[in-house]
Amino acid sequence: MSAEAAVRVEDKLYLNRYLVDAGRAHIKVRPHTTPSPQLLSLLNVCPAHCYEMNSTGQVEITTDGCVECGTCRIIAEPSGDIEWNYPRGGYGVLFKFG
Amino acid sequence: MIEERFDAIVVGAGMAGNAAALTLARKGLKVLQLERGEYSGSKNVQGAILYSDMLEKLVPDFREDAPLERHLVEQRFWMMDDNSHTGLHYRSDEFNEERPNRYTIIRAQFDKWFSKKVQEAGAVVLCETTVLELLQDAYGKVIGVRTDRKNGQVGADVVVLAEGVSGLLGTRAGLRKTPDKSNVALAVKEMHFLPQETLEARFNLRGDEGAVIEAVGTISQGMTGMGFIYTNKESISLGIGCLVADFEKTGQTPYGLLEKFKQHPSVAALIAGSEVKEYAAHLIPEGGFKAIPQLYGDGWVVVGDAAQLNNAVHREGSNLAMTSGRIAAEAIFQIKSRRDPMTKENLALYKKMLDESFVMKDLKKYRDMPDLLHIQAQNFFLTYPQLVSKAMTNFLRVDGTTKREKEKTTFRSFLAARSLTGLVGDAFRLARAWR
Repeated sequence: MSAEAAVRVEDKLYLNRYLVDAGRAHIKVRPHTTPSPQLLSLLNVCPAHCYEMNSTGQVEITTDGCVECGTCRIIAEPSGDIEWNYPRGGYGVLFKFG
Repeated sequence: MIEERFDAIVVGAGMAGNAAALTLARKGLKVLQLERGEYSGSKNVQGAILYSDMLEKLVPDFREDAPLERHLVEQRFWMMDDNSHTGLHYRSDEFNEERPNRYTIIRAQFDKWFSKKVQEAGAVVLCETTVLELLQDAYGKVIGVRTDRKNGQVGADVVVLAEGVSGLLGTRAGLRKTPDKSNVALAVKEMHFLPQETLEARFNLRGDEGAVIEAVGTISQGMTGMGFIYTNKESISLGIGCLVADFEKTGQTPYGLLEKFKQHPSVAALIAGSEVKEYAAHLIPEGGFKAIPQLYGDGWVVVGDAAQLNNAVHREGSNLAMTSGRIAAEAIFQIKSRRDPMTKENLALYKKMLDESFVMKDLKKYRDMPDLLHIQAQNFFLTYPQLVSKAMTNFLRVDGTTKREKEKTTFRSFLAARSLTGLVGDAFRLARAWR
């Protein structure tokens, strides 16, 4: 289910316009060995599927497709799992319709 | 970046920020508005429905040039199970009036128009500028902002925080808490394009008439949530939202829910053959009256979604945003005209004026609704829709069973699912929260 859904959401993100701020991810995952439940939940909750588990069991983020909704901030900033900022002015998702 | 000082800085160019900046500039205040998107609207996401009354108070002749999609003549509420929906429709030709009450809009386009009005009124609107933090003096008074521009500090007598639902700046500065995950919903939305004639035929619309469908039921998989379908001129805004805490608990994916909603037989026919042009996600404040934070302090006020001003029962947010922005600006203007400082004590006027408006009165009326709907999600969003569907099919299917026996079957299904005390209790709780 999850792999299938991941494919579909990438198709959706492909429709959007972005100005990616290369090398300056606006959200960072704190280094960890074992992910917290909050961090694990982001694998499914993030509507842009930005969070993925790497081969050694840590949660990683790729912010390129982020739609800047703030859901991960609500869930995982209080627990200190992520550091959340807005992209620099002008960068990030550029909605045509919103 | 800017050496000069401003009377007011407005952070954000959504509905609340634009309403505040417009009002302040019109009253002759020196206003700087900061927006991180490339233009006002490029970061803003909404269904979206525009409420005329609140915009008329800001731009009385908005119908002349605002980018409006369709005026709404029909509202459909759907209670869905996996294969059916039970609907309540209201359509009235009276909504075909000279000055319609509600319109669908596309936010990126509408906000651009709104922002032009703000600029024409004399505000300095600076886009592609992210505010990084609030500047505070030794006593905690907000005295300006720091942006990501070069030498990006700028000062003002008062900062209007129209920064959106997540409220990063205010929470970082300790002015309020980050919204709790049980008080915000995550909604995802797609823009489906169809030929205008096809869209009008499918929704039974003529000319600029529009329809809205709001749907609850098994589509949210037992979570507190709602699906929506709004008709624009040549497109349909279609989405679904559920509480963030429910998503976290269930492990459901937002795009998975969206796909299922689109595949529902009642929905699939409406969007068949459409071209999807955008996928967006946004948080919606759902905590109601009890989740409203401190709204003012020394050198600052907070408006719109950042102040969690959203009427979850009536799906109204943008009008509360616009109204709170306008009222905050009017309060600031009054204080300024008296040549009084922008202290917490003086800015309490904003709260007082907001309390007297429909904004706080409506939110107060429904103050117990979020608790009821968030805690009893299973019953209201899963059990009842399924029961109603069963009752309807039982009522309509003609199969030789006597009508008396059918009624008994239906009644027994309700009793088995919720028990008599459960049914009476739910009705009582709902009535009390609605009151």
